[in-house]
Order: sequence, then structure tokens, then C-alpha cells
Amino acid sequence: MTASFYEKGPARPITESTRVDKVSPRARWLGKVRALLVLVFAFIGLIPIFVMGITAFKTRAEVVSVPPKVIFSPTLEGFVFLLTERAVASPARIEQLRAEAQVGELNLFERLALASGQEITGPSDYVRRLINSLIIAGISTVFSVVLGLFAAYAFSRFEVKGKDDLLFFILSTRMLPAVVVTIPLFLMYRQLALHDTHLGMILLYTVFNLSLSVWLLKGFIDEIPREYEDAALVDGYTRMQAFFKVVLPQAMTGIAATTVFCLIFAWNEYAFALMLTSDKARTAPPSIATMLGRGGIEWSAIAAGSLGFLIPVVIVAFALRNYLLRGVTFGAIRQ
Amino acid sequence: MATIELKQVAKRFGQNWAVKPMDLTVQDGEFLCLLGPSGCGKTTTLRMISGLEAVTEGSIWLNGRNVTWEHPSKRDIAFVFQFYALYPHLSVWENIAFPLQAEGEKKENIHKRVAEVVEILRIGHLLRQRPGRLSGGDQQRVALARALVRRPAAFLMDEPLGALDAELRESMRAEIKQLHIHQHATTVYVTHDQVEAMAMSDRIVVMSAAEVQQIGTPAQVYYDPTNLFVARFIGSPGMNLVDGRLEGDRIRLPGTENVIPIPPAYRPGLQALGSAEVIVGFRPEAAMLSSDGGLVQGEVYAVDMHGAYKLLHVSLGNGAGNTIVHIRADRLAPYAIGSPVRFHLNMDMVRLFDPKTEKAIPRLSEGATVMSVSDLAREVGR
Repeated sequence: MTASFYEKGPARPITESTRVDKVSPRARWLGKVRALLVLVFAFIGLIPIFVMGITAFKTRAEVVSVPPKVIFSPTLEGFVFLLTERAVASPARIEQLRAEAQVGELNLFERLALASGQEITGPSDYVRRLINSLIIAGISTVFSVVLGLFAAYAFSRFEVKGKDDLLFFILSTRMLPAVVVTIPLFLMYRQLALHDTHLGMILLYTVFNLSLSVWLLKGFIDEIPREYEDAALVDGYTRMQAFFKVVLPQAMTGIAATTVFCLIFAWNEYAFALMLTSDKARTAPPSIATMLGRGGIEWSAIAAGSLGFLIPVVIVAFALRNYLLRGVTFGAIRQ
Repeated sequence: MATIELKQVAKRFGQNWAVKPMDLTVQDGEFLCLLGPSGCGKTTTLRMISGLEAVTEGSIWLNGRNVTWEHPSKRDIAFVFQFYALYPHLSVWENIAFPLQAEGEKKENIHKRVAEVVEILRIGHLLRQRPGRLSGGDQQRVALARALVRRPAAFLMDEPLGALDAELRESMRAEIKQLHIHQHATTVYVTHDQVEAMAMSDRIVVMSAAEVQQIGTPAQVYYDPTNLFVARFIGSPGMNLVDGRLEGDRIRLPGTENVIPIPPAYRPGLQALGSAEVIVGFRPEAAMLSSDGGLVQGEVYAVDMHGAYKLLHVSLGNGAGNTIVHIRADRLAPYAIGSPVRFHLNMDMVRLFDPKTEKAIPRLSEGATVMSVSDLAREVGR
């Protein structure tokens, strides 16, 4: 049969496409199943965040009600508790405040505090801690990505003596659990006056993240063929210019991914922050946790705090999503 | 334009020679091919000329200027890579303009010069696309444009056609040759394809195992290979190489009655050899089949149809250690496998090699030449 095909050609004219790369019905069906599975997984994964989200807007009573309420009238009480320091007001003071509220001299927060018999005495530390977190996580991420990028480029492109040992050494800094190193670090930091300083935390997170960023970025840079730099060199550029004009644009995907990973680590880090900061440089994670301990658990305040804590990371991940999703190379080199 | 000179240039990686010390002069406007099997050091040589690879020994001169330790960007040399190396994040236009921006050229000049090369290579319709979307041939044209736009002193090309399919390769080969004729630019071209090297170059440098085997015009490396490697490597099939034994003024070849006279040009060279063993080499077209007797006889072992001609595989002698030679035959003549054939050899095209050194035995030749009489005398005297 094949022989006659070669000699005579097809028995009748071929009018429809004979391409074999179309998606078969089976594959399409499997694709749908896969999508459904991912959806279910995402749904399950999002439940805690959803619960946190609604808890932030519940009153004290609603938070602990069994069964949990899904439909309720939202209140900002949790945010008031989160963002302010309050004192229990005396009955006389309450009367006075009510009168002020009548005239409209109290703002929303003050009125909400009043509803639970409290008076606002000042702002809480939450915003300051959040700002600390932003400064420390942000700067340490920039440092670890920039330093990591140069180190990774050198490891990827140049003959570095003892390259493998060095790379392993860099990775090994990440092998010890945080708990093991906190005590010595605590003593060192106290000696060096780095305890409870932004600089100390930035240094620590930079060092800790550097191993991750060097390894991740080396992988990404290894993927970029050297020929591009060679081409740039003969095209009249110095190695530094070639790095910025040719390597950097192509490493953006890797840089974005590394940035997000470093940021998430520095943002979420709890153990070091708990031990090495107390007030001035205290970051959000330990401060949210310590809210548990202060005279009754303010679940809605904790949920509100966590919600606020989530937002910056979500924004960064969202801003970089294009880079994160794009393929590693979209290049013109065939190999 | 420029001359390129390599003086005792060598490259070593640890204990291994990538390129053993070599001398080479590329004339102004010459198209020179570095030809050899993969791993022979030809690409390393090219990269040393460009400055992308540092030399271990020796010096490189460009237009009489020592550039051995000069940065690639300062050498005024353009490089065309096998896989094009077009910057994927830039459009075709930006790719071509890239080297001009490095020179700090004025904007209107950049536009003018890019437009010129775009015209030459007929890629005007591609300018806004990203290189990743283009076909292999178009990518190679863009890569050539990026090299041309700089008006460099010399072009270095590293198997620029290696990634293309056969048909496209042939047309691009013609395009590059056209380009060379018009630009008259000194070009060093690396390839492992001997057909490409023969077709394109003014001179060929045959390399193998990190060493230069021969430097010569396509005709020289084809008809006068300096050693057995070149004889085998050039031509498809390569030169027929047959063990021979000197008997008086004749050479005995494998097979019962196969004896050929010693070509007169070889007499002085053979006297200096001091051994009776030689290797006789001849191209398939040097053998003329004849029905009324010929010096050499054999048996048809296989027949390849090449369209314009047939290639006979003829086995000389018999038994286990028989020797197969390739002979060109008329495309219409029928040859049955196993049938006996006889052929003459064009004695001017027979070459002799020393089996011990694997080198060509020196020969006299009249006029334009392989070796002058005085050279030969010196060679013999040694």
C-alpha cells in the first residue's frame, strides 16, 4: 500500500488538512479536567484567606459565633482595634463623648471605639511596624537581587577559582534552621549595636537571601547563550555595557522571579525578627503575633492586621506577573 | 579593508592544544576558509582573531597593527555567528543599528546606514519584527546586515550556514559570495563542509587535530594534498588511496597484475624515500575505464548513481584484504556487480605519499607548481 502511494500519489485529492499537531478531543477533554482540578485546588487554598478577609470586618461577637456567619453586616471595629491604642472610658466620660458624637465632633474611628465603651488614646504601633517591614524587606530584597545578579553572572561566565566549593558554601548558609543561629546572632548583634536596628535586619535578610538569589539567577543566566555577549563585544561594546544592554533585558524573567521569592521571605520572616528586634525596627509578623497576648484575643484586629500585611506582596507579585509568566527565553537562538 | 596576520598563534586549554602554533596571512580582500572536522580548532582560531578568545602564544596583526591583546570592540572586525545571535529583545532594525550606537554615531547617520544595508540584503519588510519570528534564512540575512552595517575591516564568519537546510544553504552561499564580490572585504569563513569551502574560497586552510594541514587554493588542496588527511578529507568521495610497492621503475598495486609506471616527476623524490612502500593516490576522475585493456584491473563491487555520472566501487585484488577504489563512469553505461573492469590512470593526476610520515612525496612539476627544483633538491638533501 505504501509503495503504491509513493508511486502514484494519494488515491484521491487531499482536500482537508492532514496536520497531526491539532489537539485531539481526548487531549482537550483532559485539559478541561486539569483546569477543573486546578480550580478546586485554588478554591481550597483560598478558603483561609477568605475567612481572614471576612473576619476582619466582623464584630467581636460574630467572630466567635458557632456556626460561623458568612452573611453579616460588616464593621470596621477590627481596624479600629488594630490601628489605635484605647482606654476603657469612665461612665462620665462616655456620656461626654456621646454628646460630642451628637454634635459630630467625633470621627468614624472614635465613634466605633465609643460603641464598645472605649476611648482612643493614640495611634497603635501597627503602621510603624508595617513601614519597618516595607523598609527592611524592600531594601534587603534590592540588595540581595543586585548583589546576587553580579555574583551569578560571574559564576556563570567566568572561571572562578573553586567555583563549585564557593557555590556550595553559599548554599550551605541556608541549611541551618533559623532557630539554631538566632542565639549567636542575638549576642553578636548586641555587641555590634545592631540589635533592633533597620541596618541589622537589612544585613541579615540580605545575607540570608543572597544564597537563594545567586543560585536562582545563575540558573537563569546560564540559560542565556554566551553568543549574545560575544556579539555585543565584537559590535563594539565593553563587557559591562554588554551585560546591561544584552544580558539584563533577557534575565528580566529570572530577576522578577528572584525578587518575588526574596521579598516573600524577607516579608514573612518571623523567627529572626522576633529575637533581634524589640521596638524601633520591629517588623509586622512578630507584632501581629504579639497581639494575641494582650488582654483577650482580638480576632478581628488580627485578621485586619494580616490583611494589611498581605497587600504589599500581592501588589508586587501582580506588578511582576508578566515577567513571571513569560517564558525564560523568547530568543532567536536555536540549539 | 585589511590584511590579517597570525604569527605562531596557539591556544592551549590546560594541557590540551586547541590550536597548535600556526602562521597565516590573509590578504586584503581575500575570502579564506578554515576547513576541518569538528573539534579541529578552526572556530577557536576565528575567535582568537576576533579577540573573543585570548591567545596562549603568538601574536595577531591587523593591517600591520599588533592587536593581540586588544579588546574585541576595538579591533574593527565583524563576526557572524552560526546561530545568528540576534538580540531577541530588540527589533530587526534595532539589531542592525546596535553596533552603530556603540560607535556613538549620529541618529540620521544610523538611519542612513541601516537603510543602505537593508537595501543590499533586501530585508526592508522585516525591520519591525522581532528576530525570533523570522525564518532561518532571514535571521542570517539580518545577522549579515548587522555585520555589514559597520563597514568593518574584516568579516569573520563561524559556520553561518550551518543551521540552514540544504536548499537555503546553497542560495545563501551564493548571496554571501555576491556580497563578498561587491564589498571586496577580507573574510575568514569557518566551515566543516568541504563542498562549501571549495565553492566559496580563494584559499582554504585545512585543519585537523589542532594543526594546520595545508594552506592553498581549492585546486591545490584538491589535486595536491600535502598529506593523507587532506587527501581523504577533501572531495566526496575523497582521494583513492592504495598501498603500493616500488619495483624498479614501476609500482605494484594490490591485485595480481596491477602495475603502474612511476610518474617521472616523482623519480628524485622516491630516491630520497629509502623504502619500497608508498601510498598511491588518485581522484575518481583520474581513472579512465577502458574496454581494450588498461593497466589496472578490478571487479565492480557497487555502483552509485549520481545523476550526472555513476560512481563505481571497484575492488582491486581479492580476498579479505581487498582494496576498494572509486572510479567515475558514464551515467549510461551498464555495470553489473561482480563484472571485471580495467582502467588507465592519468599519470599526471597520480599522487604518491609516504606511508610512514603520511606526507606527500615531493615531486617535480613543470611551470606553475607544487615545488621548484631547488626546493626539491633541498628536501631530498635532508
